[in-house]
Amino acid sequence: MKKTYKIDVDCANCANKMEQAARQTAGVADATVNFMTLKMIVEFEEGQDPKAVMEQVRKNCKKVESDCEVYL
Amino acid sequence: MSKKQKNMLVRILAAAVLLIVLNLVPVSGWPRFALYLVPYLVIGYDILLKALKGIKNRQVFDENFLMAVATVGAIALALYEQSGDYTEAIAVMLFYQIGEWFQSYAVGKSRRNISDLMDIRPDYANIERDGRLEQIDPDEVGIGSIIVVQPGEKVPIDGIVIEGDSTLNTSALTGESLPREARPGDEIISGCINMTGVLKIQTTREFGESTVSKILDLVENASSRKSKSEAFISKFARVYTPAVCGSAVALAILPPLVRLFGLGLPADWAAWIYRALTFLVASCPCALVISIPLSFFAGIGGASKAGVLVKGSNYLETLSQTKIVVFDKTGTLTQGVFEVSGIHHNEMENARLLEYAALAESASSHPISKSLQKAYGKELDRSRVSDIQEISGNGVIAKVDGIEVAAGNDKLMDRLGIAYIPCHSIGTIIHMAVDGQYAGHIVISDVVKPHAKDAVQALKAAGVRKTVMLTGDRREVAQQVAEGLGIDQVYSELLPADKVEKVEELLSLKPEKAKLAFVGDGINDAPVLGRADIGIAMGAMGSDAAIEAADVVLMDDDPMQISKAIRISRKCLGIVYQNIVFAIGIKLACLLLVALGLANMWLAIFADVGVMILAVLNAIRAMFVKKV
Repeated sequence: MKKTYKIDVDCANCANKMEQAARQTAGVADATVNFMTLKMIVEFEEGQDPKAVMEQVRKNCKKVESDCEVYL
Repeated sequence: MSKKQKNMLVRILAAAVLLIVLNLVPVSGWPRFALYLVPYLVIGYDILLKALKGIKNRQVFDENFLMAVATVGAIALALYEQSGDYTEAIAVMLFYQIGEWFQSYAVGKSRRNISDLMDIRPDYANIERDGRLEQIDPDEVGIGSIIVVQPGEKVPIDGIVIEGDSTLNTSALTGESLPREARPGDEIISGCINMTGVLKIQTTREFGESTVSKILDLVENASSRKSKSEAFISKFARVYTPAVCGSAVALAILPPLVRLFGLGLPADWAAWIYRALTFLVASCPCALVISIPLSFFAGIGGASKAGVLVKGSNYLETLSQTKIVVFDKTGTLTQGVFEVSGIHHNEMENARLLEYAALAESASSHPISKSLQKAYGKELDRSRVSDIQEISGNGVIAKVDGIEVAAGNDKLMDRLGIAYIPCHSIGTIIHMAVDGQYAGHIVISDVVKPHAKDAVQALKAAGVRKTVMLTGDRREVAQQVAEGLGIDQVYSELLPADKVEKVEELLSLKPEKAKLAFVGDGINDAPVLGRADIGIAMGAMGSDAAIEAADVVLMDDDPMQISKAIRISRKCLGIVYQNIVFAIGIKLACLLLVALGLANMWLAIFADVGVMILAVLNAIRAMFVKKV
């Protein structure tokens, strides 16, 4: 399952870091961050609850880039 | 300007003013340090905080960390040397923030510009209720509802015109500035702008399934499919920052140690630490990291404005490397409709012969009769025709204005015992006999698109090495079309499955780096579109299958768009490479100068911010594709 989330982040490198962090979150099969459109597209692993996974993704993103937001 | 940007601007101005004022105030020692700390914290407190948070979260190496270490280091050095020169550290922070501010402003601006380019999203649909027009959300309009579109409004949902005549401006969708006519019965595509009359439209799809939604979705998600260059840059940035930090530490420690123990000279710690700090300032990879995705984003935005929808940065990259273009014939190079293409050996004027033919065939519903009528171009007066006999498989004999007219193939002429001149042209031949006399023949064939020949030449000019045409048509027809257009290679009499096979054969023969593009109309060639390195669908307005299957969608069905798409991609990739080479080149040169002690912190920060600004401006250039 794929879902798109709106994000807010200031720099392109930070967006790359968020992408990396989202990819390494458990339950995420793949993630792409589009800095230009400020969107995060997350593909979840089979049988995962997107809500719970996204909470974790958000936490991990905040860890690598304090000044970012993922709108759930 | 967003709130964040305004805040930042105020901080930048405040710090700059404070810095200038402090330079005029003669204080020294600790009070001087305390005073200078004010502008430093005003401009840099967030960077310091972020650097601390980064360390806490074990995300040490980022540009906040670089800036924090460089400036704190410079201040500490000034304290240690008692030089009182804090201006440098503050200026570095100030210029860094100016650079960041500019970057955020430029990116925000181009985000808005590009969404303006694709300003086709309809905000409402008009529905008539109790004789009054009501504006409702297009999402709420069901299939089969009747919507009203007034002059100047966008058509919100795909449908069929049931009432009203108008002209439509499709330029936002196709890049084509010529307006299109709309009459009752015509299919109409959402995203067009109604220009002259009120139209009543019966919707055939929901808003979410309409052309306009599909296009917006496609364009908005396009830059999420990343190109190799982008992947390269993000990898580069990941390795780069730790590498630079390592080099800086080495620069601070190794040379003094070598001087001390190897050469017996004084260590000169302060000078080398200063160089190391300057090295950190010069090293920020922002220019690269921002300008590459921005170039692709601008390129994709500009292309959509020209009616070329590219589904991802990766496809834009592949498109730029296209060396072989394979065409499907019907619907791509030819119009796929049959038209009168020649009239030969006629005794009377072309127009009169056509008139007779059209009248004689007027009762028939065969496509040939339609193309005759179209070529004749005027309204047919059916009362002039009488005694129509259709002879199946042969043609028609009828009386037009009392004169006997026979129109049909050679069998009909044989049957009537009229000597005819066989035709060498390719297509369907209609021999004409008027009043028992042979009157020449009319050739009907699929017509090559007006720009097809120019399009093939334009492709060659754009660096395409080989053009190939695939068709299910007969060999002679295929040969003739290919020769007329200057196509290098032709494969004819192919079934749809054979086309996939041919493309695979061509793919296996070409070198890896030369990419193969397949251009089709997307109707029955989806498997081939998928198999090629890059699938281009033409004239795809309203065709879901094509938008789904292709990587690049040309909204118009003009083949000139193919070379235009390639040129746009070349321009964009050109800019990407310029930025990569320019940014990395200047960075390396700068780092070298710093390591040799030939550049100070001022130069380093100017180089850093300057390169970033230039790279961003260059990236935005990818958006302008009109004259490409």
